[in-house]
Amino acid sequence: MKETGFGADKNLQDDSRIATRELTINLGPQHPATHGVLRLVLDLDGETVVRCTPYIGYLHRGVEKLAEHRNYLQIIPLTDRLDYISAMANNVGYCVAVEKLFGIEVPERAQYIRTIVAEMARISSHLLWLGTHALDMGAMTVFLYCFREREKILDLFERLCGARLTTSYPRIGGVKRDVDPEWLEDLYRFTEEFPMRIEQYETLIDQNRIWLQRTKGVGVISAEDAINMGLSGPVIRGSGVPYDVRKFMPYGVYDRVKWEVPTGKNGDVYDRYRVRMNEFRQSNSIIRQCIEAIPSGPVMAEAPKFVLPPKDEVMTDIERLIHHFVLITKGPLTAPEGEIYVATEVPKGELGFYIVSDGTGRPYRMRIRSPSFVHISALPKLCEGGLVADVIANIGSIDIVLGECDR
Amino acid sequence: MEITMEPLEIAERIKARFSDEVLGVNHFRDQVYVSVKRDRIVEICRYLHDDPDISMDYLSDLCGVDYPGREFRFEVVYNLYSLRYRHRIGIKAQIPENDPSIDSVVSIWSGANWHEREACDMYGIVFRDHPDLRRILLPEDWEGFPLRKDYPLKGPKDREYKSYEVLKELHTRDDEWTIR
Repeated sequence: MKETGFGADKNLQDDSRIATRELTINLGPQHPATHGVLRLVLDLDGETVVRCTPYIGYLHRGVEKLAEHRNYLQIIPLTDRLDYISAMANNVGYCVAVEKLFGIEVPERAQYIRTIVAEMARISSHLLWLGTHALDMGAMTVFLYCFREREKILDLFERLCGARLTTSYPRIGGVKRDVDPEWLEDLYRFTEEFPMRIEQYETLIDQNRIWLQRTKGVGVISAEDAINMGLSGPVIRGSGVPYDVRKFMPYGVYDRVKWEVPTGKNGDVYDRYRVRMNEFRQSNSIIRQCIEAIPSGPVMAEAPKFVLPPKDEVMTDIERLIHHFVLITKGPLTAPEGEIYVATEVPKGELGFYIVSDGTGRPYRMRIRSPSFVHISALPKLCEGGLVADVIANIGSIDIVLGECDR
Repeated sequence: MEITMEPLEIAERIKARFSDEVLGVNHFRDQVYVSVKRDRIVEICRYLHDDPDISMDYLSDLCGVDYPGREFRFEVVYNLYSLRYRHRIGIKAQIPENDPSIDSVVSIWSGANWHEREACDMYGIVFRDHPDLRRILLPEDWEGFPLRKDYPLKGPKDREYKSYEVLKELHTRDDEWTIR
């Protein structure tokens, strides 16, 4: 106990005379700030975290086991529910992996549409991250503003595929249905006013003294540690490593539009925040470029064994009808045998699908490598040695979704 | 000048250096998986991590796979990536059913910690020298290894998870708890 000022008891200045003990508290699965059902057991020495043990598995639904009993088309709704904040991005990740396994080539227009919806999912996910992260740290206004923009994106999703959350819109071989020009116009108008909104969010917290004190120098992770732990996404980019799956292993049209990878320097919470704020701008720019350059053409590949034929042909051509019937009732009957690992960049980081196919229409093994799983494993390293309040800042900065972590 | 190696080239290097350990090389859609025996897996991984031309500094994924008919029932698959050179390789270590254990690679990539815990949780593969091998996704007192092929999709019919019995017990006494 330090000398507190007037009338401090001199006898109590010597700490060794006070018996102290570590306090173990439970940041339980039900907690407004853990962004899902995450349980942390913190061992505290005063306010300092001595040890932090995460417990996960409260949202484990056995997706990998389920995937072994479903055909490739039926797994798409399962992937929606992995990172339920940005379902489009998960769908794109899964479809890219399966298309590589089958060797299907996706038409141009579908690639552009997929890139557009994946970037919209990124903006929507980062908006939710910003709102909840700031809310946890006490800046409550940001939450409402972020959700105003998020509503616009979710409305666009609903117009496109009927669902705001569990979209299942990207399919194997392309996308489910085409976008109409009005939808693209509304999206373009959204991207025109969005940069101004980003600035609005920044004026709310960026120069705020409390925000800076709570985020600068907190939860520092070095570049070597980040690489060694397998971190990805904005977490590793905040530490200065420019690793982005969209640049390293391009898919979609990311190699045809001009954009940059934002990186940080120090690897603290503030740098991760800055990386995500700059990712807003980059995603906005990617969407604009895609809308300007989108070609016309089909939105589904021609691969009758795996891809549903267009509905008007199904109604008139008997062969197409048979294909449609077999694909819906039994799913793809055969697939190439082999195994692949394909990674894509979802808003949280690197989502990897390791699919082993034994030749039948169902995967033999589908392993989902989720970024949130790896990031929560880095939480002890971020939190230990810091204060209790910094635990909340760290959880917010790594942007986890337990649906993805537990699968 | 960072030279990206072809995956087959990396497989050739592994075969050249660890010729006794390599059991096979699978090549499918420009991705290569090298099947190895489990005994010197830490050496192989350390070679891939430290060698200056290969430099696999990023462990993308570590998982288990179950092949019930085979002589070696389980496989632990290491998906490795090099951030420096941007090349990728996969290593599959074969593990027999009667002694499902393998050395842990936590000393090389600390990110392997939780992946190995999950492989142990789902398949029952024991990772030697792992700092903290306990169940991660399932409750600590769960019995059985769900991702094995002989584990039914909806769980074993005759046995239920123990804690549910306590809950069912409590439900039979619901009448005592209602407020009238």
